[in-house]
Amino acid sequence: MSTQPAMVNRYRWYELIGIYAGILAFLTFILAPFVEGFLVSLKPLSQLFSSPYRFIPQNGSFEAYRTMWVSVPGFARYIFNSFLISTIVTAVVLTLVVPAAYAFARFKFKGSGHLLGAFLAVNMFSGAVLLIPLFRLMRSFGVLNTYFAIIVPGVAFLIPSAIWLLRTYMMRIPKELDEAAFVDGASHFYTLRRVILPIAMPGITVVAITTFIGSYAQQFIYALTFNSKTEYAPLPVGLFAYFGRQEVIWNELMAASFVGIAPAMIVIFFLQRYLVSGLTAGAVKQ
Amino acid sequence: MSVQRSTLIFAWILLLPAVLYVTVIVAYPLVDTFILSFTDASLKKTTNWVGWVNYEKIFNATFAEVIMRTFVWTFFSVSIKMIIGVFGASMLNAAVPGRALFRVLTMPPWIVPMAIGIFMWGWMYNGQFGMISGLLQRFGFIDGPVAFLAQGSTAFWATIITDVWIGVPLVTLYMLAAMQSIPQDLYEAAWTDGAGRFYRFRRITLPLLIPSLITMSMLSLIATFNSFDIIWILTRGGPSGETTTMIIDTYHTAIGSKKYGEGAARAVLICIFLSIFCLAYFRVTSRLSSGDNR
Repeated sequence: MSTQPAMVNRYRWYELIGIYAGILAFLTFILAPFVEGFLVSLKPLSQLFSSPYRFIPQNGSFEAYRTMWVSVPGFARYIFNSFLISTIVTAVVLTLVVPAAYAFARFKFKGSGHLLGAFLAVNMFSGAVLLIPLFRLMRSFGVLNTYFAIIVPGVAFLIPSAIWLLRTYMMRIPKELDEAAFVDGASHFYTLRRVILPIAMPGITVVAITTFIGSYAQQFIYALTFNSKTEYAPLPVGLFAYFGRQEVIWNELMAASFVGIAPAMIVIFFLQRYLVSGLTAGAVKQ
Repeated sequence: MSVQRSTLIFAWILLLPAVLYVTVIVAYPLVDTFILSFTDASLKKTTNWVGWVNYEKIFNATFAEVIMRTFVWTFFSVSIKMIIGVFGASMLNAAVPGRALFRVLTMPPWIVPMAIGIFMWGWMYNGQFGMISGLLQRFGFIDGPVAFLAQGSTAFWATIITDVWIGVPLVTLYMLAAMQSIPQDLYEAAWTDGAGRFYRFRRITLPLLIPSLITMSMLSLIATFNSFDIIWILTRGGPSGETTTMIIDTYHTAIGSKKYGEGAARAVLICIFLSIFCLAYFRVTSRLSSGDNR
């Protein structure tokens, strides 16, 4: 790899302008809601509910970032809940998925292809389709209105992509390693624990991160349907606390949203390479 | 022989926890939905077998409309996602300074809890005070305020745009990865032969992108068909049912009106459609991969 871009990638000035204009248009669409949301969080409520519309706040302040904790005292709890739920979900998913992915990556047996297909088919049903029986199931487990009502279904729908991702990663680990360990008299279990797991750690990290993010982003429907106790509500449902009887406290809602997504944003910033490799592992044929 | 057998047992021990979990939480509810759809289950203590009554009940003009609307909604949402996604990917694929940063900036809608992104859009769609109506008035495209979520036709498109916004990062990054896996020497060879940039895109990038394009459209189709949060938070299926898709309709029936049996019948129909998509997907991908091995 030379630092000089290859001749084929040299752009003329008008091509450069075209590319940057394209990127600008694209990113404007992606980021506009965040910019607007941030500006809304700076505006006093009276300015928000006034015509004509003004994009730039007048005497904007970070006041809403203070008052949001007063209007909804439980807000810190919602963030905590989101973190707690996502952490447990990630731990359970990893416990189930690491052995399963290894089995799919290494052992070909009758029906293994179909079984993998069955796992992937889970991806096509969102929780919304299965909501009624899931509701009855959660009720018979006696976990309605607890953290588990959000955790248990959440785990199930994150398993398929996690298996797929980790299997792809483990298939790249040379089989000779297992065989060498086996010749030396190591048991299957020992091989998995002492040979494969350490090498697969980067892949497991990717799966852990994508699972955590997935769980953090998608807690809405189960939390909405299976839990009615505010003390267990995660962030997406907790934000509805800013929807008052008369009107929505938009500036505080936006401020609270930004406080709530700050952890996720920090994660993206530091771990974005893992995220991209995790996301795209399936895109590139090995 | 015995080694083989112990290997097989070991493989099953590894798989068992995940298999059991998914069986209880996904497969069993799936079967239960099917059974429920033939009963009059509700909040009542007793549940009776009613045969096809639920299915007969839902097949009426309104429901046909809901199905139609779901397909139109999904079609536009997926198409726009793919177009913007491929556009974004080809822009981000250009070797220009700052591309790593631009790639990070693509991610937020996908990473942030969906509900939060949807709240932001909800405010932007606000008629009197929202940004979109405000800016359109400022630049003279519309005369008075337009409450996008309060009228059927605009609410329909507003929910699609928000769905596109949430889905685009995934499509973009996936297509970008697919583009970057195309061997660079192909471009260099074409360049040596004097092929222009647009010609190279059309003759090298696009053809080699088709398998990924199909895969992503299928995955996106399934996800979009299942889309719930966006419509639920923005409009709850309103105004007067004009953004009610099959998922929303099922939720209203089952969880809103507590008609579990009837809701289950609707869910079964969704499952049937999804299975058809999935089958088509496996058919296409297996054909593509067997084509690769020629």
